[in-house]
Amino acid sequence: MENKIETQEIILTKKDFESDQMVKWCPGCGDHAILKSVEAVFPIIGQKLGMNKEDFVVVSGIGCSSRFPYYLNTYGIHGIHGRAAALAMGIKLTNPKLSVWIISGDGDSLAIGGNHFIHIARRNLDVNYLMFNNEIYGLTKGQYSPTTPKGQKTKTSPQGSFETPFNTGELVIGAKGKFFARVVDTNPKLMQKIFLEAALHHGTSLVEILQNCVIFNNKIHALITGKEVKNDNQIILEAGKPMIFGKEKEKGIILEGTRLKVVKIGVNGITEKDLLVHDPTTEDTGIHMMLVSMTPPEFPAALGVIRSVKAETLEESIWNTIEYEKKASPLKSVDDLLNSGNTWEIE
Amino acid sequence: MTTKKNKVVELEQAVVRFAGDSGDGMQLTGSLFSDSTAFAGNDFATFPDYPSEIRAPQGTVSGVSGFQIHFGHKTVHTSGDLADVLVAMNPASLEANLRWIKTDAIVIVDTDAFIMKNFIKAGFKANPLEDGTLTGHIVLEVPLSTLTREAVKDLDLDNKTALKSKNMFALGIILYMFNRDYTKTFSFFETKFKKNPIVVNANKKVITAGYNYGETAEVFTNTFRIEKAELHKGRYRNVTGNLATAWGLMAASERSGRKIYLGSYPITPATDILQELAKHKQLSVVTQQAEDEIAGIVSTIGASFAGAMAVTTTSGPGLSLKSEAIGLAVITELPIVIVDVQRGGPSTGLPTKSEQSDLMQALYGRNGEAPVVVIAAKSATDCFYLAYQAAKIAMEHMTPVILLTDGSLGNGSEVFKIPKVADLSEINPPFVEANDPEYKPYKRDTEKLSRRWAIPGTPGLRHRLGGLEKEDITGNVSQDPLNHQKMTDLRQAKIDRVANYIPKLEVEGEQEGELLVVSWGSTYGVMITAIEEMHTEGKLVSLAHFQYIMPLPTNVREVFSKFKKIIVCEINMGQFVNYLRMHFQEFTYKQYNKVQGLPFMVIELKTKFEALLNE
Repeated sequence: MENKIETQEIILTKKDFESDQMVKWCPGCGDHAILKSVEAVFPIIGQKLGMNKEDFVVVSGIGCSSRFPYYLNTYGIHGIHGRAAALAMGIKLTNPKLSVWIISGDGDSLAIGGNHFIHIARRNLDVNYLMFNNEIYGLTKGQYSPTTPKGQKTKTSPQGSFETPFNTGELVIGAKGKFFARVVDTNPKLMQKIFLEAALHHGTSLVEILQNCVIFNNKIHALITGKEVKNDNQIILEAGKPMIFGKEKEKGIILEGTRLKVVKIGVNGITEKDLLVHDPTTEDTGIHMMLVSMTPPEFPAALGVIRSVKAETLEESIWNTIEYEKKASPLKSVDDLLNSGNTWEIE
Repeated sequence: MTTKKNKVVELEQAVVRFAGDSGDGMQLTGSLFSDSTAFAGNDFATFPDYPSEIRAPQGTVSGVSGFQIHFGHKTVHTSGDLADVLVAMNPASLEANLRWIKTDAIVIVDTDAFIMKNFIKAGFKANPLEDGTLTGHIVLEVPLSTLTREAVKDLDLDNKTALKSKNMFALGIILYMFNRDYTKTFSFFETKFKKNPIVVNANKKVITAGYNYGETAEVFTNTFRIEKAELHKGRYRNVTGNLATAWGLMAASERSGRKIYLGSYPITPATDILQELAKHKQLSVVTQQAEDEIAGIVSTIGASFAGAMAVTTTSGPGLSLKSEAIGLAVITELPIVIVDVQRGGPSTGLPTKSEQSDLMQALYGRNGEAPVVVIAAKSATDCFYLAYQAAKIAMEHMTPVILLTDGSLGNGSEVFKIPKVADLSEINPPFVEANDPEYKPYKRDTEKLSRRWAIPGTPGLRHRLGGLEKEDITGNVSQDPLNHQKMTDLRQAKIDRVANYIPKLEVEGEQEGELLVVSWGSTYGVMITAIEEMHTEGKLVSLAHFQYIMPLPTNVREVFSKFKKIIVCEINMGQFVNYLRMHFQEFTYKQYNKVQGLPFMVIELKTKFEALLNE
């Protein structure tokens, strides 16, 4: 594989990634904060991975979030609806050295692009997938999406949606995904930290961003992101640390029988030692599946890197096999191939 | 068969058809006979005819699998109309193939399979060997199963295993019939079953027994020989259209220095191309079996953006699914090759049968004004050159190119004179050098009107492409009315200008006259055979066969104007003739169409053309 890391130090700044195009998202849209976070973190990623600004490629499908490539000064393609993951596959398999970023929304990824979404997770292509989840179709002005809660009224569900929504994390883990993280658009620091971890993870890094659509689904994540409730309704998971949350860090999560349970530290003899310690690296999906399913008010929503399991990537498997076969095979050119097998000479 | 009186009868050409249950190994029998034909130095073409079910009910007509080979001393253009020799392993295969053999054909049957149970399954009311069904034919009744069991009795095989080789007994007989060296077929088994010497031995014994049976059973009054074909000096091999397509693409990749990427989803009859390319990791071929047709082509567009020679392969239903993505390749002006191995439609249609009915879909099956280059291979070996050409045009002109082949080319095989990759024309994609200060994403070459290829990872060329309309030169998103008009015009003009880089239309036969026969794609073999036969009979008809369809060659009007009558023949309901009517309205076109899942036959074409000459 040509995936060697350059030794010279690369120094990039936010400016290197800012585009000269006018950003046309609605004022107050969560996308602005996500864009700023990406601009801030790309220079750090470049430095850590020895990537220059021309080594970043940003691809997208269709939807508000999918305008993203136009607003970043990198190589980029704004593709067709739902197919960003497929674009990324062709790019990464052709040139594994590139840092490839998929930008997509809940409709783009989980409805029209659902097939590509589960397959990219399963294949473990080394790309970073930022899925903006605002639980609504924004660009087409307010229809329900595959993540819209059951019963929610939208333009196409005037009596309330009849459908059970997907949970993005469950879908990723169920599709054999190796990396899943969740962030909120109201926490730029966490976004930058997690985007960096996604970039450093070797494999398909799926990051769900709970993003607010100020026009068509305003405050849909307020129960998680609201100032008054966020300490009680979010838990930011960190590898190797006990699962603690709450304003006073007074609450935690334990495993009781086969279920998770929220407990108060100090009550009924519970100490920090009784709490679950987060291990994102375990192959076992049991706890991870329960963590991604946690929803307020019963549980805090899990944020941070929930699952991060090491495995060979698709492009490594392919290119390592190519390198091996190149050495092992007597066929060195197309001429050799054409003249192999049953051939005969006419004098 | 033209015959000279001799114990060994010399023939100019012959057509042999092997038919049996889909589990009887007829494709293998046919391909081994093809190899033997190659060693004998004949020119040949083959065509497999098999059901879309893998194992349809045993003994029924729907389960019959066939393989036809046409071989000769002169150039062979088709797999042949009607067979001179039929091997029928059971009553169903006789029933399915009776109408595809000559009235005086030799028919070899396995009498062990001609029992009442099988007559009923095949739809015969009585034994066709006795009721006059085969009157006029020379019938060789051979108890193939019994003789096969007998041949391997000292090998201690179970009955089922022993009978697996009965197709080889039939092959032995045919090898004797055509004076072939039967030992040449042994190497196949020696290689394939290296680890299973009993199987090798059994097949060798059965082939030998079949050959000896032919020689000693005095069933033949004479045997046949076909002299070596007058082929040009060089190295040859047998190739199917699908293999040739795969290899042509690989040659283009090597010659252009671009990695080849294939994103594809399995679909009959195109899957062979994916399977072949998947084998060649040793030559750095990257293949990805995508989750669906759409991911197949979209990943291809991604690969092209990243600088690969990018290809997707499919058949009609898959092309439908790819439509939107082809539009993306049109507007991003990225080079991709789309191979459509056409089959009978609409919908799932006739998956294993051939048709030319995707032409309009290839030309126009997209939203918006979305022109692409469309070319069509004319024979199995031509698939190599047109696949190469498709890749060359795509990369040099920065456009999607659709290569149309079809089931008959894809699965049919021909003798292929092996070319040298270095002898193929150069491929020079319009790359941009790093940090080129003049680079603009939609700035164009003044001659070709192609934009340039700036590959991610190259310093100083960062840019965004996408499905939204782009501003001329800068490539910024633009909704400007006049800009949209301009970009639409430019995209069409870019395709039109490809006409300056493709061969002119050639006329076979007289350059002017009474009747011009027009065809395109896979029908070339049968068309040229009909025209040549008519010439020897003194009937002057000329052929203009198209490989380049969008854009058309620059001299079409000039060619058409030299003939009084024009007839366009195609395996669809008239898609190309209507395309010609649209482009060259001054001519009157007659048309000859057929959609039966079958190729044209020489005889039907000749009859049609003769009637037109006499009109």
